[in-house]
Amino acid sequence: MISFLLRRLAYLALLVLVATSAAYFLAATQLNPRSRYEGRNPPPPAAVVDAALDALNLNDRTPVLERFARWSTGVFHGDLGRTVDNTSVNEEIDRRMWVSLRLMLLGAILGSALGVAGGAYAAVKQYQKFDHVLTVFSFVILSIPTVVLAVLYKNAGIGLNNLLGFTGETKLLYTTGEMTPGLDPWTGAGIMDRMAHLILPTLVLASISIAFYGRYQRNAMLDILGSDFLRTAQAKGLPRSRALIRHGLRTALIPMVTFFAYQFALLFVGATFTEKIFGWHGMGEYFVNSVTGQDVNSVAGVTLFVAILVLIAGFLADVAYAALDPRVRV
Amino acid sequence: MEAAPILQVRDLSVTLDSEAGPVLAVRSVSYSVRPGEVFGIVGESGSGKSVSSLAVMSLLPSHARIRGSVLFRGQELLGQSDRALSRIRGRRIAMVFQDPLSALTPVYSVGDQIAEAILVHESMSREAATERAVELLALVGIPSPRHRATAFPHEFSGGMRQRAMIAMAIANRPDLIIADEPTTALDVTIQAQILQVLRTAQEVTGAAIILITHDMGIIAGMADRVGVMYAGKLVETGSVDDVFYRARMPYTLGLLGSIPRLDRGTHQALTPIEGTPPSLVDLPPGCPFESRCPLRIPSCREVEPPLLEMAASGPGHLAACHRSAEVERRDLKSADVFPAPPPHASDRDGAPRAELDQVLEVQDLVKHFPLVKGAILRRRVGTVHAVDGISFDIRRGETLGLVGESGCGKTTAIMEILNLLAPTSGRIVVFGRDTANITHRERFETRRDLQVVFQDPMASLDPRLPVHDILAEPLEAHGVPAVEHSARVRELLRLVGLEPQHASRYPQALSGGQRQRVGIARALALEPRLLVLDEPVSSLDVSIRAGVINLLEQLKKELGLSYLFVAHDLSVVRHIADRVAVMYLGRFVEIGAVDDVFDRPAHPYTQALLSAIPLPDPVKERTRTRIVLEGDLPDPSDPPTGCRFRTRCQKFSGELADAARRRCIEEQPALAARTGGPDHLDACHYAVTASVL
Repeated sequence: MISFLLRRLAYLALLVLVATSAAYFLAATQLNPRSRYEGRNPPPPAAVVDAALDALNLNDRTPVLERFARWSTGVFHGDLGRTVDNTSVNEEIDRRMWVSLRLMLLGAILGSALGVAGGAYAAVKQYQKFDHVLTVFSFVILSIPTVVLAVLYKNAGIGLNNLLGFTGETKLLYTTGEMTPGLDPWTGAGIMDRMAHLILPTLVLASISIAFYGRYQRNAMLDILGSDFLRTAQAKGLPRSRALIRHGLRTALIPMVTFFAYQFALLFVGATFTEKIFGWHGMGEYFVNSVTGQDVNSVAGVTLFVAILVLIAGFLADVAYAALDPRVRV
Repeated sequence: MEAAPILQVRDLSVTLDSEAGPVLAVRSVSYSVRPGEVFGIVGESGSGKSVSSLAVMSLLPSHARIRGSVLFRGQELLGQSDRALSRIRGRRIAMVFQDPLSALTPVYSVGDQIAEAILVHESMSREAATERAVELLALVGIPSPRHRATAFPHEFSGGMRQRAMIAMAIANRPDLIIADEPTTALDVTIQAQILQVLRTAQEVTGAAIILITHDMGIIAGMADRVGVMYAGKLVETGSVDDVFYRARMPYTLGLLGSIPRLDRGTHQALTPIEGTPPSLVDLPPGCPFESRCPLRIPSCREVEPPLLEMAASGPGHLAACHRSAEVERRDLKSADVFPAPPPHASDRDGAPRAELDQVLEVQDLVKHFPLVKGAILRRRVGTVHAVDGISFDIRRGETLGLVGESGCGKTTAIMEILNLLAPTSGRIVVFGRDTANITHRERFETRRDLQVVFQDPMASLDPRLPVHDILAEPLEAHGVPAVEHSARVRELLRLVGLEPQHASRYPQALSGGQRQRVGIARALALEPRLLVLDEPVSSLDVSIRAGVINLLEQLKKELGLSYLFVAHDLSVVRHIADRVAVMYLGRFVEIGAVDDVFDRPAHPYTQALLSAIPLPDPVKERTRTRIVLEGDLPDPSDPPTGCRFRTRCQKFSGELADAARRRCIEEQPALAARTGGPDHLDACHYAVTASVL
């Protein structure tokens, strides 16, 4: 088992290498940081632009392999390079990943717990009211693009605020940012303020997770419901509810493990649209901004970061799968 | 002395929903079970035997509608809450299910699952329950139980899983054990072990058993009383002796007459029951067996006969037939009611075997599969000795039965022959052509003469082709002009007992027996000389099976075919084969004429195998001495040294002295004539013939 996991890790590390290199070459050849200087008035002298770009390792007149060599040397020493604004990519990621985590953690936990519970219950009550409600909910949520969903929730929040008379500075639900500037985050008022900012994006993220996990868990549970071992468990004398949870749900959770592992590892990566709509400065926003801002090093840095998280997720999924299912332990 | 019944089932009816409409799976079934007795319920698939017992436990899916009454020790079970029932399930009434792989939860250890069965009913510590589980595993014969208790179900063999299921069932000393086809998924020697364990379990707990099975032999050997189910109804019930020797319902008579008997050989006439059971969705009024019954009279179509007491038999012998009184008065037997083709002792033209042409000769056939490990750097870690040096020949017009339990290599052997390629080592000669040096063209031509019928007719027929196209395909492949196809297809259908209009049907519109007939017709399309039959009847119900067996015998006679007949069911082989080869772990242990091998088996494995097969004859079953083998088949990648059978051999462990045993350990016994005729070969150093039937 250990050697299997080690082999798997080596394989995943190789994938990280390939993905990151590919991302660097793609970004370095397709993005054009020089354009940032071209629109200025008066136009800066070419030598000045070259010098600025050289300092950031972004000069498209330097052969791409040479730039890659410099960049990857830096990466091996733990330095992801500089952004186009001459800040450190490391610092940028280090700050933004926690923003993303704070945004998504609650939504992910709520979404997966409720999704699993709802899906399992819907399977037990197949073709009854709850099942129909969850099915309709899931299809509606999954067929609306995230960006539209986020805007809908945001508008609903604003509507609610207006309806309940929160039209001043203090609001029931905030629709922009992580917290009101100037508040001490560790006082009671600060925490309440954070929560008020968190509710709407959490609802968006949780809705999507519930819809997604609900569907999968329902199917996994339906497979188990007709199984002989569930009948054995009842024949032994377990009440149906206990047999369903101890033997049914426990077994039906196994195929879900892969989804959980990926979701929790990718919490740091952020939710691009939700961050954008609700004005959180997390990793998702960073990635979009770096593409539109011709920021080669940031694109490559974010890709490397995501690739490493995917590696961890894949590894986590393997370990968790083996922990849950004795049949795959070798 | 009549003890009060422990379980009384009254007018139990179960309706299940299906896409075609409500299915009347069980219709007004009544029976009772007395303390400590074994009540057998026998029936074919779809007869309602499993559904009725699940209804007793209220373990049917929620869409099932159950009516009637189930009294357990005077307490009504139907309509009880789940909580109340869960106090009875597992504690007072326990169940053993058919498929022990899917019946155990894959993610918990076997010991934990048994302990759980104890803990839900008794308050004791987890350690004490685990300790109890280990004791129970020891009781049902699991070696090193303390260690095995921590293993997961997938690490157990089929027989061991079923032992664990029984351990779970008897954990709380129930009053009643319902065993639903407990041995159907198992090999015969393992089946014998499990039946033994069930008897032990009954002795230890004193529980009554409801034994549900389709195997009349198991009923004969285990049950005190029996109920025969057909189309959701109990059609005959009584003591085993009454039902087996004085059956009064034509269906029971047909069922008994359609079973090939291990102890009767080729002289027995099999009585097939024509037709198929009715659909339970739109059941017509009248007797459900009417359309298949040779004794039918007009009133059978209108009134469904009730269960009537048979005056001449012992009390409690009931049969549901309008003419049961007449059957009783005239004491009709299976052969009197059902027309059977005349038996044929031997179809060989009387010439001595040596003078007939060889159609297939196999010499020292070996097939090894490498065991490899690793995904990128594959390395060989072992070898599975699937077939390890077998030799036999088949003469014109002869049937060789190849028997053995799963994993013995019989399927690998026939696949090697059907490949028509040079084997790993050894020689395969088909119609005088050595497969090692024939051209591609010759190989193609040889396939005309060598055809195959597979086990599962549903899986081996293309569901997208109508029967006509299925039968015309081999004709087309071998260049028969298209204008001749239709005539040939009609002829083939007639040959296998189907109607011309079946040509336009699709396989899913045919019954199991009809499908297998199409499979046989396809194999016959090119007028082959040798048919390889891979378990051709094992997926069919008993009453259908007899018709297909009779068809195969008739075709062999009419068309002068030779058969290589692979089966695990020795009764069928005895009925159809001229010679039989018994295979164990890749090698033959015995080969010879059927009567020699079955009546005077020389190898201990053959003896055990024959002894393990239950006979549908209660008196014989009661008086038989049984040889029950120990353990499971050894790992074929690491076979024992010397004689491969010695690890399970009753002679090795029971009779031989140490000095004699050494020879078994060191020297692999060759196949040789040791006990009698020159044509009866065995592979045992110490072969002595014995009669075990």
